[in-house]
Amino acid sequence: MKEMMTILLSAILVDNFVFSKFMGICPFLGVSKKLDSAVGMSVAVTFVMVMATAVTYPIYTYLLVPFNLEYLKIVIFILVIALFVQFVEILLRRFLPSLYHSLGIYLPLITTNCAVLGVTMLNVDNGYTFLPSLVNALGAGLGFMLALVLFSGIRQKMESCDVPAFFQGMPITLMAAAIVSVAFAGFSGVVEGIFQ
Amino acid sequence: MFQTFILPLLIFVGLGILAGLILSVASVLLSVKTDEKEESIRAILPGVNCGACGFAGCDAYAQQLAKGEAKTNLCVPGGDRTSKQISELLGVAYEDVEEQTAFVRCNGTKSLTQNRYYYTGTPSCEACNMFYAGKGTCDYGCLGFGDCVAVCNYDAIHIQDGVAKVERNKCVGCGLCAKQCPKGLIDIVPLSSCVHVACASCAMGKETRSTCKSGCIACRRCEKACPNDAITITDNCARIDYAKCSHCGKCAELCPSQCIRIEA
Repeated sequence: MKEMMTILLSAILVDNFVFSKFMGICPFLGVSKKLDSAVGMSVAVTFVMVMATAVTYPIYTYLLVPFNLEYLKIVIFILVIALFVQFVEILLRRFLPSLYHSLGIYLPLITTNCAVLGVTMLNVDNGYTFLPSLVNALGAGLGFMLALVLFSGIRQKMESCDVPAFFQGMPITLMAAAIVSVAFAGFSGVVEGIFQ
Repeated sequence: MFQTFILPLLIFVGLGILAGLILSVASVLLSVKTDEKEESIRAILPGVNCGACGFAGCDAYAQQLAKGEAKTNLCVPGGDRTSKQISELLGVAYEDVEEQTAFVRCNGTKSLTQNRYYYTGTPSCEACNMFYAGKGTCDYGCLGFGDCVAVCNYDAIHIQDGVAKVERNKCVGCGLCAKQCPKGLIDIVPLSSCVHVACASCAMGKETRSTCKSGCIACRRCEKACPNDAITITDNCARIDYAKCSHCGKCAELCPSQCIRIEA
């Protein structure tokens, strides 16, 4: 239990995919303008991360490793991720059409979101077993959500600020992202400290 | 042989087929019924996504039309032909489209106005405009880097002698160039109109005179000469109300700096 909590919390705070691994920056900058689409996007990403891990882990362990086919993992993981992204797209289109329209192009782009591929690859590379892999994927998804939700708040505040013309739009957004990621560096060592 | 070449292929192909099957089953079970009417309307619309109709794009306009909540004559690039087809499809009365065209409100060709500094930055109007409102002596004039040219889908606008010029026979009046121009120089005007003020300078007459030989100096001669009260000076620049203009051309005859143009 203690191990699971350590994995979960360090995936959310210390090894946050957006702020310390710099993965998934495209949806992070693209969808963090509004709170509700940020939450919708991160729920979709979390779902894809957990489901993709649940499928890629058995494929890797029971199909690729026994036959020494580890080199196939990137292409097969991408195939599985693409499957789940398409699946999420069909689900959203049917049940949440408004969210489907507000996410727009960023929804199919989860396929090429390196955070999703990153989490499945890191699980395998770190030698996690099945349950820790799932927990790590969940933590990565929640960390992505935390990043998007925090940053959408910052961006909404920035809308009402008097920003100099040459900083308006992307420049000030990138600078704010850099400052938030520096703040996240302060979490290093915290999780180990909690469980000592 | 089997394990190095055939097995990986089998695994990959097998997974691919499995994924395909899952998705096809899911797409049949969870399919969304799309309106057939909406799709056929969307096929008629030109697909420029210019937003001249007032909706987010061609898809959104088609959606509203299918619901019967939008007028059929709002598509400016499509013109009469599109309006007629949509009206036939929906079985409602055909309404004429007011055809429109873009007009660039600047006359400041290279011989008539000068540069106040030598610009070597990114060749785009938007970038140049950030440096002290552009390189020209006139703060309001065309910068001539062709941001409007790049955005036009119909090859209808070109830079001639440092000023953007619209080819009326190609322009459909979608207004994409008007949104792009950092100076806001491009107006969308009725195609039937032929008298235009080719200046947008809001500076005082004396200053305009010193920066451009063909700028509107707000002398009010056109205003007084117009028989229909269609032309007025606001913010030191003449403006024509196209609903009132009768195309008599008296204003153009009198204009001392020849910035009122008559186009056939």
